[in-house]
Amino acid sequence: MNTSGSEEEFCNERTSLMTTESPPVSSYHVETGISSLEDTQTKGRRPITNESNNREADHEGESVERDSTADSEDEEMSLKYGAKHVIMLFVPVTLCMIVVIATIKSVSFYTEKGGQLIYTPFTEDTTSVGQRLLNSVLNTLIMISVIVVMTIFLVVLYKYRCYKFIHGWLILSSLMLLFWFSFMYLGEVFKTYNVAMDYPTLALVIWNFGAVGMVCIHWKGPLQLQQAYLIMISALMALVFIKYLPEWSAWVILGAISVYDLIAVLCPKGPLRMLVETAQERNEPIFPALIYSSAMIWMVGMTEHSAVQQPSHQETNSDEEVGQSHHDNTEDNRNMVVPETEVHGAQSRTTSAVELEEERGIKLGLGDFIFYSVLVGKASATASGDWNTTLACFVAILIGLCLTLLLLAIFKKALPALPISITFGLVFYFSTDNLVRPFMDNLAAHQFYI
Amino acid sequence: MTTSVFFGCTFIAFGPAISLFLFTIARDPLRVIFLIAGAFFWLVSLLLSSLVWFIAVQISNKENASVQKGLLIFGVVLSVLLQETFRFGYYKLLKRANEGLMALSQEDAMPISIRQLAYVSGLGFGFMSGAFSVVNILADSLGPGTVGIHGDSQHYFVSSAFMTMAVILLHMFWGVVFFDACEKKRWWAVVIVVLSHLLVSCLSFLNPQYEGSLIPAYVVMCLMGMWAFSSAGGSLRNLKLCLTCRDKDFLLANHRPR
Repeated sequence: MNTSGSEEEFCNERTSLMTTESPPVSSYHVETGISSLEDTQTKGRRPITNESNNREADHEGESVERDSTADSEDEEMSLKYGAKHVIMLFVPVTLCMIVVIATIKSVSFYTEKGGQLIYTPFTEDTTSVGQRLLNSVLNTLIMISVIVVMTIFLVVLYKYRCYKFIHGWLILSSLMLLFWFSFMYLGEVFKTYNVAMDYPTLALVIWNFGAVGMVCIHWKGPLQLQQAYLIMISALMALVFIKYLPEWSAWVILGAISVYDLIAVLCPKGPLRMLVETAQERNEPIFPALIYSSAMIWMVGMTEHSAVQQPSHQETNSDEEVGQSHHDNTEDNRNMVVPETEVHGAQSRTTSAVELEEERGIKLGLGDFIFYSVLVGKASATASGDWNTTLACFVAILIGLCLTLLLLAIFKKALPALPISITFGLVFYFSTDNLVRPFMDNLAAHQFYI
Repeated sequence: MTTSVFFGCTFIAFGPAISLFLFTIARDPLRVIFLIAGAFFWLVSLLLSSLVWFIAVQISNKENASVQKGLLIFGVVLSVLLQETFRFGYYKLLKRANEGLMALSQEDAMPISIRQLAYVSGLGFGFMSGAFSVVNILADSLGPGTVGIHGDSQHYFVSSAFMTMAVILLHMFWGVVFFDACEKKRWWAVVIVVLSHLLVSCLSFLNPQYEGSLIPAYVVMCLMGMWAFSSAGGSLRNLKLCLTCRDKDFLLANHRPR
């Protein structure tokens, strides 16, 4: 039985960590300062990275003139900044996983079998193990091919500048997520806790939630509210996956998607790499939609030496485009981790020049959030080792993310963020569930401590 | 068997560790990363020891209860040894990484000192060890059931919580002493750390006679705590100055702008 109105297709743009060129530390002339200020005003809604990219190009040449002390200071600061950005990604990933785990443990709706998506048509209720394995592999093939087709479609659209189409698609999918899925979620939570609720109140709540979400994600809003909404929709998406993907298919899909991510981002003709390069050529941010951004941009004006803080409105549409209509649901999950290299400042404060001080931010695609949460959620839903397995997967994913960010700092180019974490997560899931669990259970039964 | 038992045992087991984390580690991203890396290393050591135990169980006689118990004891000892081996491995990795970073940045000062790393990694080990020991028990304490219905001890939850707290703090102390001993190449101290870990684990074989296992474990914890304190540079004089708020370094440090 296939559920009809509520599945989303996913077109996952794989996660990639991307570094744009990082401009050197330099002080700015008055003219460029003014022009960049004007830029921000005129461009208005355009993301700030544009100007930073332009400025990067301008100040590339000055990089050579830095002296060695600035170099070593930078290294020290870059280590601390690197650690800071790792934590800036740990926190939202942890929050998303906590939301998913809390829901899975309390609301039984998401662990009940309720049918399958049309992208995984083969059932797993078969008699033999071999048949089940075959079915799950076939499901995976279908799912991955849907994702590949959708990604290529998206890249083609982007290349031919069909921005309106893409934006419309993104808006439709985030509408579906913010209204329909959150309504379902709220309904299930009320059922679980036996809360009586009337429709007018519910309509008001959902309307407010959804409308503020659309504004925050697609237009402007406080950074933290935007981040919160992105985390919430990632969690909702992950919960839908956990419910509708059959067990073995889910694990095989997770594995296959990491491999696809690796290929799509690193191969020269991979769709995601082409997307990244096209965006870099055009000096545009890569789909602010569906990317979680943690950057804060500060600009110090010339007239007042007070810092005027502008939240980085990346016009992040939700990372997951959840196509809503029954025929054309495509979900774009961009898994791109992009360190926004705004200029990282250490300007002389004595001059009256306009100082641009921007903190380097980091961006992670929402598809990453989704798949990490799917892994941890599935681990907590189906593992008999319960909390041990969940904890092990959680730590494994965080360490994988840390390693990926370390590689990003070393290689400074687009990197997929899924493979390492998902590999660690899968390894730890299966080994903890099958090896560690009996050991720890026996120890706990005798109250032995290791 | 209610939420009060659950919350009580959770706070007993994790209270000191979480407060240590919140007050000393949570602000500094580098320390958080090394804490999680320490937890990961402990997890890998547990994985390996479970693998060996599992294989041993599969090839042994599953019916014989005493053989199984013997294998479990063997598993515990092996796990302790592997944990200490991985602690040593983590120490080596951190030293190499620190040296690499220093060479790269041509700085004299490392962003994080080896003592802080010792503390943080010990706490990471402790967190993971405590969590794996007690989280399932805590989850069970929420739901319906009767403690000790077959004649087992009534104090299962509370004793588990206290033991977990001791183990977490012990891991932290062991981390500090271990790294300090490795730095100064005092291998006898390393051996003592390993032996004390083995002692605490083997004492838990006496459960459910909690007098035999909990009290000595706490004694060992206090001794290790004092040893860790002195190896981290503390002394009675420092302690007195700190407690009477006359320690100038401490006061100055707290007033330093961040």
